[in-house]
Amino acid sequence: MIKKTGDLNKNKIISRRLFVLIAAKIGLLGVVTSRLYNLQISQKQKYQVLSDKNRIREWKTPPQRGIITDYFNNIIADNKRVYQVHLSLEEVSNFNNSIFKLKNIISLKEDEIKKIYEKKEKSKPWDTLVISENLSWKEFSKLNLYLHELEGAKPVLSTSRYYPYSNDLAHVVGYVGDATTADIQYRKKIEENFVPGLKVGKIGIENSKDTDLIGNHGTKRYEVNASGKKISEISYNKETQGENLRTTIDLEIQQLAQELLKNQAGSICVMDIYTGEVIAMASSPTFDPNKFTHGISTKDWNEIKNNKLRPLLNKSLAGLYSPGSTIKPLVALAALEYGIIDTKFKVNCKGHDHPYELYGERYHCWKKNGHGWMSMRNAIKQSCDIYFYEVARLLGVDKLSLIAKRYGLGSKVLEDFFSEEKKGIIPSTKWKKQVLEQSWYLGETVITGIGQGYIQTTPLQLCLMTAQLANGGYKIKPNLIYDKEIDLDIIKSKIESEKNRSVSQNILKDHEFEYYERLHRNPNNLKLVLDAMYGSTNEQFGTSFRSRHKEDKYKFAGKTGTSQVKRITDQDRELDLDLEEIEYKSRDHALFIAFAPYDKPRYSLSVLIEHGGSGSKAAAPLAKKLIKKILDRHEVREKIRKDLKNIA
Amino acid sequence: MILSTSLNSSTYSFIDKLKAIDYFLIIIVAIIGSVSVFAIYSTESGNFSFYTKNHLNRFLVFFSMFLVLSFVRVSTWYKQAYIFYILGILLLLLVIFFGISASGSKRWINLFIMNLQPSEPMKIAIIVCFARYYHRIQNSDIQSYKYLLQPIILLLVPCYLVITQPDLGTAILIAGSGLAIIWLAGLNLKYFIYSGLILLVSLPFVISILKPYQKSRILTFFNPDRDPLGAGYQIIQSKIAIGSGGLLGKGFLQGTQSYLEFLPEKHTDFIFTLFSEEFGFVGSMLLILLYALLIYRIIWIGFSSRSFFAKLYCFGFASALFLYIFVNIAMVVGLLPIVGAPLPIMSYGGSSMLSIMLGLSIVMSCKIYSRDPIGN
Repeated sequence: MIKKTGDLNKNKIISRRLFVLIAAKIGLLGVVTSRLYNLQISQKQKYQVLSDKNRIREWKTPPQRGIITDYFNNIIADNKRVYQVHLSLEEVSNFNNSIFKLKNIISLKEDEIKKIYEKKEKSKPWDTLVISENLSWKEFSKLNLYLHELEGAKPVLSTSRYYPYSNDLAHVVGYVGDATTADIQYRKKIEENFVPGLKVGKIGIENSKDTDLIGNHGTKRYEVNASGKKISEISYNKETQGENLRTTIDLEIQQLAQELLKNQAGSICVMDIYTGEVIAMASSPTFDPNKFTHGISTKDWNEIKNNKLRPLLNKSLAGLYSPGSTIKPLVALAALEYGIIDTKFKVNCKGHDHPYELYGERYHCWKKNGHGWMSMRNAIKQSCDIYFYEVARLLGVDKLSLIAKRYGLGSKVLEDFFSEEKKGIIPSTKWKKQVLEQSWYLGETVITGIGQGYIQTTPLQLCLMTAQLANGGYKIKPNLIYDKEIDLDIIKSKIESEKNRSVSQNILKDHEFEYYERLHRNPNNLKLVLDAMYGSTNEQFGTSFRSRHKEDKYKFAGKTGTSQVKRITDQDRELDLDLEEIEYKSRDHALFIAFAPYDKPRYSLSVLIEHGGSGSKAAAPLAKKLIKKILDRHEVREKIRKDLKNIA
Repeated sequence: MILSTSLNSSTYSFIDKLKAIDYFLIIIVAIIGSVSVFAIYSTESGNFSFYTKNHLNRFLVFFSMFLVLSFVRVSTWYKQAYIFYILGILLLLLVIFFGISASGSKRWINLFIMNLQPSEPMKIAIIVCFARYYHRIQNSDIQSYKYLLQPIILLLVPCYLVITQPDLGTAILIAGSGLAIIWLAGLNLKYFIYSGLILLVSLPFVISILKPYQKSRILTFFNPDRDPLGAGYQIIQSKIAIGSGGLLGKGFLQGTQSYLEFLPEKHTDFIFTLFSEEFGFVGSMLLILLYALLIYRIIWIGFSSRSFFAKLYCFGFASALFLYIFVNIAMVVGLLPIVGAPLPIMSYGGSSMLSIMLGLSIVMSCKIYSRDPIGN
């Protein structure tokens, strides 16, 4: 009985205790349930995102660069199909082994292998490494043959930049190369679209217009597993090609210009005097921009770098030269505009025995026997130095500097388009005080009158100056990329209305000018100067008379220039050496500016031959050949202009 | 007398036995077993290969074993309870000398047909042993020091052996199951409170003797982001998987976290994570409901049993089962540190499946032989 009650008691206890346990279990179940609710219902979004982050990985695909063409739609920077080999690192078990095998199949140089190892250090385990960017067809087919032995190696058909006219446009178009850390850091467009192996513009249009040319990268989203292996493609946001660009360059004229400069150092620029379109901009010596696309070899680089004629320098806009006598039309114009001289004003040039003297300093004319009495027209035509010494002295350097700047000297022609473009120097009393902290000497004014001394200009500036003289004295907007806003007819009508606008004496004061605004006070002054330039080329005793075109339709007007590299001593004058007898580095630079056709001017040009001797012998003959070509191309160019306008 | 004899003499006809079988229990176990096969199938991304085949075979073998062993008389279990316990201890000792080591711990012995983890059957042995132990003791005697000390020693021996393997998780589960029975038997509440306080005070000391990886697991539990790619990786990925499952889940075979191998141990300890990712909150609650029904049925069988041994065993086993399930789920949802505890029936693993089925067969035996008088 005791046992029975004991059992009853025990049963009661166990039931009570069980009840407590069940209550505890229900409580714990509640905890688990609320936790699951919290994770799966309340915080679902957060974990959904985390889960997607886990499983989805993005790969960027490289965009294709936009195509660059000349004015006539000839492709001057293209995308060429190239054969490449990539190595997918996640599929490679032994990297050294893979590289060794690849080395036996495609030719890899030691420094290339070193670069591959450097790149590998920087990449992530799931990245793809570009082993060779440009395989020959032979190598590519060999690679395909041995592919089964090469784990992770992928033969890839890709595109890369190609410049079909390699050397002819190197300085204008520029070249591309791998993006540097600085490129990625400071250029937003590159940062946004960076993909390993992305090529970015380094110089030239490729650099200036990089933002437009690069395009937008694509994004391939893959589902990946925990070790980063691709499982499936989820989406592919296709990359977009960069904008195509039409330049204002005429490939044929550019090629001729480059050809004319062959074996010499120098520059040729051609410009439309109304639209400001740069039609050709050649610089010599040149180089092959294709060599830079896949990283230039040390040998090629040294060859370019060590060339004393500096092929990398775009001489048209980064080369600085004294303008020499090519400044004379501008000096004459300034003096006429300020009323310092008139056409009857004369100076006697008496030869080396009786040089121009000022405060004891002697200034010689280039012509040993002198020119005799010179008026303005003759002084320009025959390029008399003595006349311009005197005019400059009367004019003063500050007035000269003001007019020189007005016509395009002393500032960047293409503004910020090319980072390497130079401003040059147009000296004035103020300039000398500020920069050299010295007072101006009158003697310095005198030599500035013949384009020597402190004055420094680029060939492109001289071309612009000529354009703005030849168009009758109106400011134009130079450009290198085709711009539909720049319309010839609109420009011409603007100029027409400017022509009839009466201007006050104030126009001779320093102020900013709008595009196509009138730069001159009296149109007759310009006519006189241009007529003198006509004489210089087309009349006997003119300095470029030998380079004239006899046919009416090719007739042009020009001005020669010979820019001294070093001061001519009395001894030099005595010796009067032939060009070949002077050391190359000491020879004068030869310059020539011109516009054509004379009766209805449309194009201006400048030619510069470094250490080429005299402008009339070295530079003017090139201009003659080029002008024929330019005028022959005129009709075709105007047709394209109309077509483009109609499309717009 | 005749009636009473026929009742007491423990003669059951075959039909009686079949009638007495608890089909509800069998169906629930079969359902959970089927769900588990599909879950394992999903861990293999929908391929019927190694793990799925093995799991299915094991389930079928041990499920059959459960049915067969159900006909072992509950009195036999009662009589052999201490032998069962001693056998369990012996197997644990065998592990020390002949055990197979894997990833830094020695938990298994090779039985040729399978690698057995003796700590798993020990979970059942301790319940059977304690049920027998308390069956005879008078309620008034339970509180005496003699009857207090004996079960503590019985409990500490296997716990110590399992901890040194080292396998903290299973040791905690064994200790928890033992304590549940001691509680059910009626030990005074104050002892539980005292021991709880002592444990709290000695906690710093306990932590200091833990293995570095155990310490790191506990520290990681409190802050998983401490080492997201190392010790915290499992719990972070598990929470991502469960959380991203949402209300209805990503769908069968669609669990990206497990499919893409972000989830570690997905067929064993983290099987609930996979299930929850694919079937969401609703699926998880249904699975928990299945387990709740299982536990409910076991408790119901205990209630309908006459013997104190059977009651104690069923209630004890139900509590232990709840503990296994709770620890596993709480662990994968980040409520408890990762200690290594499988989810009954669902998790891949022969020893766990064996011990659960064994435990269930004793429950079933309690049902079939509910009229068996025991220990007289």
